[in-house]
Amino acid sequence: MGGRRRLIRGMLTAAMLLAAVAAGGVGLVALIQQLTTDRIEARQAEQTLQQLEAVLPAGHYTNNPAEDVRRVRDTRLGTEQPLPVYRARRNGEPAALVLTVIAPDGYSGPIELLVAVDTAGEVLGVRVVDHAETPGLGDAIEARRSDWIDGFRGRSLGDPPRDQWTVRRDGGAFDQFTGATITPRAVTRAVARALDYHREHGDALFQDASEDH
Amino acid sequence: MAATDFAQLARDGLWHNNPGLVQLLGLCPLLAVSNTTINALALGLATTLVLTGSNVTVSLIRNAARPEIRIPVFVLIIASFVTVVELVMNAFFHQLYLILGIFIPLIVTNCAILGRAEAFASRTTPAPAAFDGLMMGLGFTGVLVALGGLRELLGHGSLLRDAPLLFGDPGQHLTVQLLPVDQGFLLALLPPGAFIGLGLLLALKNVIDSRARRPVPTTQTEPLTTP
Repeated sequence: MGGRRRLIRGMLTAAMLLAAVAAGGVGLVALIQQLTTDRIEARQAEQTLQQLEAVLPAGHYTNNPAEDVRRVRDTRLGTEQPLPVYRARRNGEPAALVLTVIAPDGYSGPIELLVAVDTAGEVLGVRVVDHAETPGLGDAIEARRSDWIDGFRGRSLGDPPRDQWTVRRDGGAFDQFTGATITPRAVTRAVARALDYHREHGDALFQDASEDH
Repeated sequence: MAATDFAQLARDGLWHNNPGLVQLLGLCPLLAVSNTTINALALGLATTLVLTGSNVTVSLIRNAARPEIRIPVFVLIIASFVTVVELVMNAFFHQLYLILGIFIPLIVTNCAILGRAEAFASRTTPAPAAFDGLMMGLGFTGVLVALGGLRELLGHGSLLRDAPLLFGDPGQHLTVQLLPVDQGFLLALLPPGAFIGLGLLLALKNVIDSRARRPVPTTQTEPLTTP
C-alpha cells in the first residue's frame, strides 16, 4: 500500500515540476515577446517600405504604399495563397501597383518577387524578395549581384511581344546567365504572368472593394 | 571549484572535447550556415547564449529534476531560451535573422546543448555549468567561424563580408577583400564545400594533436638512403 502511495506521489511531483518548468518557460518567452513585439513590427514595416522604395521610383507617389495594401488570390501570381498588392497613389490618384509574385519553377524552390507596374502597364522595377538559388550562378537575379533584374524596367506586354517574354535560349528577349538558365527563365515568365494579371485586374485593384478575385 | 578545474573546462570546450571537431555534434547548422564568416559568427554566438543559459538553469534545478522527466524538462528549458534568442535577433538584427532563417529555431535540435545539460550541467553547481556552456559555445563558434572564413575566402575572396548586419554601420570597415575577384571557387560555397572544409579542419586538428603527443624524437644520426 505504502509503495503504491509513494509511486503516485512521485508521479504527481514529476508532473508538478514539469508544469512549473513549462509555466516558467512560457512566462519568460511571453515577457520577451512583450518587450520586442513593437520593435519587430517596426523592423518588418521598415523592411517592406525599403523593398517598395527599391521598385518604385522616388517622386512617383505621395502616399505610403506599405500601408495601402490589398490581398489578392490568382494562380497567375504563382500560388493559391492570397498575396499582398501595394498601391502607390500620387495626390490620391492611382500611380502604380506593386504586385507580389511567386515564380514557382525556380532551380531550388519558389522565388518571391515584387513587380511594380504603372497605370499604363509599364514595369517600373522588379526585385527578388526571397529565393534559394545557387550562390554564384542563379543569385545574379539579386540586384546586389548584377543589374540583370533592371532589364525589366520600362518593358511592358507589347515590348517585347508576349511570346518573347522568356530567356534568349527559348527564343525570348531576355538574357540568361552563364551556367544558369532555369532561374532567369522562371523570373522572366513570372514577371510576364504578373503583367497578364495586371492587364486584366489592374484598374479594379485600386478600388477599395473588399471582395477579392 | 578549484581554478584548475575551470582551466580544464576551457581546454575541453575549446579544444580536447570541442563540440564541432571532436564530439561532431550540431553538424546541421555547422555545415549549413558556415558559408560566410558573419553568418557563422552570428549563429555561433546565438548557440553560445542558449547553451550558457540552459546550462545555468539546468544546474539550478538539478536537485528537483527527477530522472523520469529529466529530458522533457531540459528540452523545455532549451526551447524557451532559443525562442528568446530568436525574438531578440528578430528585433535587433533583423537582416541577419532573415538570412539565418530556420537555423535559429533549429538551435533547439543541436545535440551539443542537450548533451551538455545531461552530461555536465545536471551534475554540478551553476558557476562551472555556466563556464562550461560558455566554453563549449565558444568552441563551437570557433569551428563555425574557421569553416565560414575558409569557405568565404575561397568562394568570395573576402572575409567578414556583410559585417554591418552584425556590427551596424561601423562594421563596413571590417570587410576584407583579399582576392580581387568576386567570383571565386564556387564549390566552397556549395554544400560539398562544407563537408570538405570540415574534413580539412578535422585533419588539421588531428595533425596538431598527434604532433603534441609525439615524444621528443631522439636525434637520428644514420643518413637516409635516397634513390
